[in-house]
Amino acid sequence: MSSKIFGSGIRRREDPRLVTGGAAYTDDITLPGMVYAAMLRSPHAHARIDDVDVSAAAAAEGVLAVYPGADTEDALQPVPTAWLLPDSDLQVAPYPAIAKDTVRYVGDIVAVVVAESRYQAYDALDLIAVDYDPLPAVTHPQQATEPDAPQLHEGISGNQALHWTVAGGDIDAAFADAEVVVKERIVQQRLIPNAMETRAAVAQYRQASGELTFWNTTQNPHIARFICSAVTGIPEDRLRVIAPEVGGGFGSKIAVYPADFVTIFCSMRLGRPVKWTETRSENYQATTHGRDHVQEVELAATKDGKITGLRCTVWAGLGAYLSTAAPGIPTILHGLMLSGVYDIPAVKEDVFGAYTNATPVEAYRGAGRPEATFMLERLVDKLANELEMDPAEVRRRNLIPRFEDGHDVITGLTYDSGDYPAALDKLLDHAGYDDLRRQQAEARNEGRYLGIGLSTYVEICGLGPSQVAGAIGFQGGLWESAIIRFHPSGKVHVFIGASPHGQGEETTFAQIVASEVGVSPEDVRVFHGDTDNTPMGWGTYGSRTTAVGGAALALTARKIKEKAKIVAAHLLEAAVEDIDYEDGNFFVKGSPDRGKTIQDIALMANVSWDMPEGVESGLEASTFYDPPNFTFPFGAHLAVVEVHPQTGQVKLERYIAVDDCGPQINPVIVAGQVHGGVVQGIGQALWEEAVYDDSGQLVTGTMLDYAMPRADRLPEIEVLSTVTPSPHHPIGVKGIGEAGTIASTVTVYNAVLDALQPLGVDSVAMPLTPERVWRAIQESGGD
Amino acid sequence: MKVPVSIQINGRLYESEVEPRKLLVHFIRDLDNLTGTKVGCDTSQCGACTVLLDGVAVKSCTCLAVQADGAEVTTIEGLAQNGELHPLQEAFWNKHGLQCGFCTPGMIFASHELLRTNPDPTDEEIRHGLEGNLCRCTGYQNIVRSVREAADIMNADTQDGGEG
Ligand code: FES
Ligand code: FES
Repeated sequence: MSSKIFGSGIRRREDPRLVTGGAAYTDDITLPGMVYAAMLRSPHAHARIDDVDVSAAAAAEGVLAVYPGADTEDALQPVPTAWLLPDSDLQVAPYPAIAKDTVRYVGDIVAVVVAESRYQAYDALDLIAVDYDPLPAVTHPQQATEPDAPQLHEGISGNQALHWTVAGGDIDAAFADAEVVVKERIVQQRLIPNAMETRAAVAQYRQASGELTFWNTTQNPHIARFICSAVTGIPEDRLRVIAPEVGGGFGSKIAVYPADFVTIFCSMRLGRPVKWTETRSENYQATTHGRDHVQEVELAATKDGKITGLRCTVWAGLGAYLSTAAPGIPTILHGLMLSGVYDIPAVKEDVFGAYTNATPVEAYRGAGRPEATFMLERLVDKLANELEMDPAEVRRRNLIPRFEDGHDVITGLTYDSGDYPAALDKLLDHAGYDDLRRQQAEARNEGRYLGIGLSTYVEICGLGPSQVAGAIGFQGGLWESAIIRFHPSGKVHVFIGASPHGQGEETTFAQIVASEVGVSPEDVRVFHGDTDNTPMGWGTYGSRTTAVGGAALALTARKIKEKAKIVAAHLLEAAVEDIDYEDGNFFVKGSPDRGKTIQDIALMANVSWDMPEGVESGLEASTFYDPPNFTFPFGAHLAVVEVHPQTGQVKLERYIAVDDCGPQINPVIVAGQVHGGVVQGIGQALWEEAVYDDSGQLVTGTMLDYAMPRADRLPEIEVLSTVTPSPHHPIGVKGIGEAGTIASTVTVYNAVLDALQPLGVDSVAMPLTPERVWRAIQESGGD
Repeated sequence: MKVPVSIQINGRLYESEVEPRKLLVHFIRDLDNLTGTKVGCDTSQCGACTVLLDGVAVKSCTCLAVQADGAEVTTIEGLAQNGELHPLQEAFWNKHGLQCGFCTPGMIFASHELLRTNPDPTDEEIRHGLEGNLCRCTGYQNIVRSVREAADIMNADTQDGGEG
């Protein structure tokens, strides 16, 4: 069994409860005496609050309380950011849970209503009278830093939240000596994460004991506990955070939000359980957004296509306040990955993080890395065009050759392992690249515009060594933990600190245990998401749960195995060195049929009638695993599109992904992650954009106005892989959650621009809607 | 002012007084243990709330509870029969047609509707049939495969039944 279960695409353990409606998400929780909170949110992007009159709302039927900012001001500490990026002149603006004097984005909370029913709470919102004095607003990250821009926060000049730089090599020389320079100004438009479950919270505060139980749509319950404690003053030991079933996150459920603290505050004041559930429109305004970069990039190269330097300036919109991990996203997770899969001798990037009158920006699937990959891969294509070389060939000339145990890159990172040429070769081979180019040429002769887009990528995952976390200002650790507990019957409980929310680790983690100690995965139950019964962990984001948590678990299973060996040796009256192990059976070398199974040993260890001297009862172990380095998954993607010049329509014909996340515990789950990630990235290239108008109104404020990927607009994604284990990881795995998103946006973008090349179009702002593509064609006068 | 309604849900009759504006999805979700039907939006875009109303799939956020007075509703909790998963549930499980599971109840009923009207759809027809339901996790690919598998199982069952 053990040899087969690792790498097998078994069905997920999670699914029976999910396909029968038996799973409980936060909004499904109802407690006796529970009441409902609704948030009044600012309709203005920027305004002074002159007066908040809650009297009519407070008198409305069913209403228990209405609290404006004046009520929470002293009770709740400002909402903190957890990434205090050093060497960046970071300016952290005060972030009140409820705005009292000034609102700074459409969606800022102005008051909360608590009522007996949700309908009553929403009715009462309409009865709150707020006097606003509107102020000019700015939502564009670059415009926000211009001298005459409206200023968001007192004492923070130029709306500059941070200025961070990364540099390596002699960048000035690279450009001075360059034979070719290509440039591009790229807008990574703002995106709305759109987890299908909106955010929600249920707070149950017991006034007698001062204890709080808090159900929350979070990717990181232990971090949520830590931050909730700091903001509300409830000691951490009395605060229990439960992430029940969580309906997707994609980064938007990392942050601990104002509405969370406000819900807790209401329960503390009223002594009743309080539930708050976001509406979708509210989610669009108030749950964090992603991307929002303006990038000016230039690339230096030789005439034969060797890249010699990459220089860029990025303006990153951070929104009105700094969300939990915000400062690290456009910097550490972005700038350190500048050189990608290529050997580039010199890089430099300046990142200006700007406060804007918009929803706070957070990690969004890929978080900084899609933005980095896009810059590089777009410019590589431009270089290929400039040199009239094949884009695959330009890539080949610059790829870092295969390495198995560490490669230092110019930004200071050490990649763990990689075989970039192999991934690219496999991709081109599977795609029939030369053939595709021929078809493209033929199509052009017929007046049809096919485009072929490529991207190679490497990402930084498995965050990360805690020492590095400290050095880069992350206000927490980045290790993970696991406990394995064998019960007398040989059934196993696993407790982990990470908090999967759709990624399927209840299954893959059972597979890890099964493959290490030879139990059936059916016999392993994985518990996560409850701070009272799981060990500390830092959460599920950055594709780190399997990479870091999985390592903790594998090492724990090995401890179990070592102990089991000792017990087996004792029971078999043999020396420990003489014990062999295979598929859950411990036996004296050469006598597998007279061994002890792991279940026999679990029973003995639990009843403890006959244990070796000095060995503790029970079969249980735990590990706190702090990785020695990050992991660096990589891959190569290709898209084929057809563009219809008369309408600007883009039809995605083919999409091929080759990803290398190391050994795959469950290839079906890996492929599922790739599908979802790729489609999310395609969404950015073709359809999605959060649009603000000049006054800071969110124009794409509902699902009617924000174009999400739909089933009928997508081709079947062809998923392939290569396997390059991480040398420093106990089971070699690297992480796959974000890979698809990191590669696919620029892959599709490159494909569309490749199609448009004969029409003289070399740049179109994303998303590549028919209108934009059509206009670009008209403006180029090419057709 | 409240009005009386009686709605049969998963074979059981629920009678109560509701505000006329109460959405069917809220009526269902407010009942004990019937929270499998999800709310994913407020503009009838996502399909997470899809249920069967007198055998036909509807987005239950587009329907008032009073409109469902006297009707029969099937929610995800009522789809399995005698402890046996419906072929669609089984197929979504087999083909990894779900990740976070939030869209799944609605997806299953949208698929149910598709197969009711087109028992042997092509992949393209499946994709069109599901365009009113959003999923952010799966990229839809395995959902399409799930529906395909369910169709095959259900068609095989019908044929077996016909011969038997
Ligand atoms: S809740 Fe989104 S369509 Fe009904
Ligand atoms: S499985 Fe998560 S939204 Fe579809």
